[in-house]
Amino acid sequence: MSNSESALDTGNRLTHETGMLARLRRLMAMRETGLVLIILALFVVMSFASPYFLTWLNMRAMAMAFAVEGIVVVGMCILLIAGGIDLSVGSIVTFSMVLAGWLFLQGVDPWTASVIAIVACAAVGSAMGYCVTKIGLHHFIVSLAFMVIFRGVCLLITQGRPLGLFTLPAEFKFIGQGSIGVIPVVIILFLVVVVAFDFLLRRSTVFRKVFYTGSNEKAAAYSGIRTKKVIFLSTVLCSTLCGVAGVIYMARFSSAPPYFGLGMELNVIAAAVIGGASLQGGTGTILGAILGVILLSVVTSSLALLDVSSYWQDIIRGSILLVAVIFDHYMNKKKNAS
Amino acid sequence: MPTKPLLKISKISKSFGATKALKSVDFELIKGEIHALAGENGAGKSTLMNIIDGIHQPDSGDIFINGEKVTIQSPAHAQQMGIGFVHQEIALCPDISVAENIFMAQTNSSNSLLMNYSKLNEQARAVFAQLSPIDPATMVRDLSISNQQLVEIAKALTLDCQILILDEPTAALTDKETQVLFGIMKTLAASGISIIYISHRMVEIFDNCDRVSVFRDGAHIVTNFVKDITPDDVVNSMVGRVIEDLYPPKLSVEEASDDIIFQARNYNERSKFRDISFDLKRGEILGVAGLIGAGRSEIAKGICGLEGNVSGDLVLENLPITINSYQDSIAHGIVYLSEDRKGDGVFLDLSIASNISALFVEQISTNSGFIDINQELAQARSLSDRLNLKRGHITHPVSSLSGGNQQKVAIAKMLSINPRIIFLDEPTRGVDVGAKSEIHKILRELSREGVGIIVISSELPELIGLCDRVLVIREGTISGEVTGDTMTEENIMHLASMAETNPALVDNLQGNRA
Repeated sequence: MSNSESALDTGNRLTHETGMLARLRRLMAMRETGLVLIILALFVVMSFASPYFLTWLNMRAMAMAFAVEGIVVVGMCILLIAGGIDLSVGSIVTFSMVLAGWLFLQGVDPWTASVIAIVACAAVGSAMGYCVTKIGLHHFIVSLAFMVIFRGVCLLITQGRPLGLFTLPAEFKFIGQGSIGVIPVVIILFLVVVVAFDFLLRRSTVFRKVFYTGSNEKAAAYSGIRTKKVIFLSTVLCSTLCGVAGVIYMARFSSAPPYFGLGMELNVIAAAVIGGASLQGGTGTILGAILGVILLSVVTSSLALLDVSSYWQDIIRGSILLVAVIFDHYMNKKKNAS
Repeated sequence: MPTKPLLKISKISKSFGATKALKSVDFELIKGEIHALAGENGAGKSTLMNIIDGIHQPDSGDIFINGEKVTIQSPAHAQQMGIGFVHQEIALCPDISVAENIFMAQTNSSNSLLMNYSKLNEQARAVFAQLSPIDPATMVRDLSISNQQLVEIAKALTLDCQILILDEPTAALTDKETQVLFGIMKTLAASGISIIYISHRMVEIFDNCDRVSVFRDGAHIVTNFVKDITPDDVVNSMVGRVIEDLYPPKLSVEEASDDIIFQARNYNERSKFRDISFDLKRGEILGVAGLIGAGRSEIAKGICGLEGNVSGDLVLENLPITINSYQDSIAHGIVYLSEDRKGDGVFLDLSIASNISALFVEQISTNSGFIDINQELAQARSLSDRLNLKRGHITHPVSSLSGGNQQKVAIAKMLSINPRIIFLDEPTRGVDVGAKSEIHKILRELSREGVGIIVISSELPELIGLCDRVLVIREGTISGEVTGDTMTEENIMHLASMAETNPALVDNLQGNRA
């Protein structure tokens, strides 16, 4: 998944030695490696601290917890690289759930309902993209407005009550609740999305233009890149992945609560930033963002197992984000000084 | 002139990590003199000024002011000792008045709860009486760049300074504004203030300064009275070698071709330019001169489809072409190198390799739309060798390079598509002498290979030294053309400003166009 030869990765690889040792040193300098080590360290500590931590059940529960959110993180990470941001992800995920659920209750086949919901989310993304690229408004404000509007739309569709969807056919529920062998389908879907987008982001010409645009929009335009189109499509992609995640959530919970996903945007942005994406655009990797979401999830799960008051969880997650951002700040300073 | 120095620097050294920025530097400033500092980027001028201003502390060595040994702890401390520093970048608050900007330090330390605006404006007016008639109540954002520069200078003056450091203050000024600034500098010097003047422009140094000190590689090379030396002496000690041919040889008469590779006819933009018609011949380098704001960049960007609402005809290698967007332009092999390298020329935080490939990523990709990394790196390495790029690894970020080498990356990006016509807007702005001369050589090689080269520059010696022919733009239209013997700074300035002093000459030059 990680390709150490990508021409884009300027990272911290300020050495140009070759050979095994240099490769190892470059690997160690990568942010992803650091995150993996922190996660492993947490695993070791937690396996001593709690007998339940390293059990199959707990591992599975943790993976299920971050898998669907991880799909949203992929979309957010790409949008952040393009220089945008989307605060509406939680509302759009819920909108997808609620719309698909409502259509099902009206007698629409659940698969058709899901496709309609995902297309509707793509349309919502297009509307946001239009406001940003054609009207010239800021992503932050536009998505803030959409966040509020679509929370309202969800309440309107459901009339404020969760939609019970227990009558969903078993083959549809399989997406969210079934397993292939011992591996839950949700995790397989998550891995497919992550691997595909990680590869595309590193290698495809289309996604390379996302990096150029986010790094310096004007320079990208002066390199013949249609930057507005890139930003528009990144916005649509993020909303579409929210739609996909919403449908999976619906299958998983057999329910569509209008208040689902509150605060999801903060968790998702935090994960991407911990993973190395910058709010200034131009940097970030899918692998890093996913490791960010895994780290946050492992921490949450550990705190629960250790019986730490849930009030502490936000404080600790916020602090992790702060530490990651401070770390970046100093690394950038060091890089610029050399 | 008294010989006892006002400021004396003795054996100052300063290192940043492994880099020795200053190596045992000596320097003296006499009361009432204008003392120029010259040197390539990275020669140590800025570090020395930052030490004098208390921003950095020296590792070793002493500073004496009026013969007394001092330690300058901070910029605020430097101000108390009468040292004023006008930085290259303007650092004013745009949303408050000129007077408030000038007295920012004082309003800070004032104990009263309310601002006394009338007193403030009165004080500011008194300061500007020596400088230039600017109303102290104006908002800074409403001032021209040159007037903002004057506000910076006024700010330094109100601190009662004896030593005024000006770091390339003329970079953003027009010639006329520059002359006003020099007038002010001379008045200040006559009143006993010593001025340290940092500049890359030899003409300014030789016309206005008393002495010049040259720095190279962190060492002080020589200090001379300007009347005793020539600009060539200064350039030679700056680069540490004799630059015999500052510019590559031009096309000889035999080499000149009548083969026209690119033609613009009656090119217009709604408001920015009109009736632009010119030919570009094979092998020549065509210069474009004009005052800032005359529309030079707008014409190039208009032709390339980057901005503006344009109309007119273009002919490339005898075939009429239409350019509706920059993508069309790139497809025809017509590219534009922007004047603002850091702002829109390069991607500072991306790697050298991915900067070079940005113009046509599809070129280094497989048919299925995936980038072939090896091909990308190979392309970058080969262009980097061709342009003699001084770099670390090809995957290092562009921000790790010096200004001149960043510019080479921007040029490499243009060359990656084997262009047919390149518009270069200020290709050597902020580039040191060595890299500048290399860039000129590269442009000449390209033109000999048949690539059309059009250079826009504000630096007349560059246009005259490099180009075979220069078009002069005034108020959005071509006001004339100079070539061969008529290519002089005076003629170009005449055409650019259409001074009425010599109408016969202007007519004559305009006649040359046909």
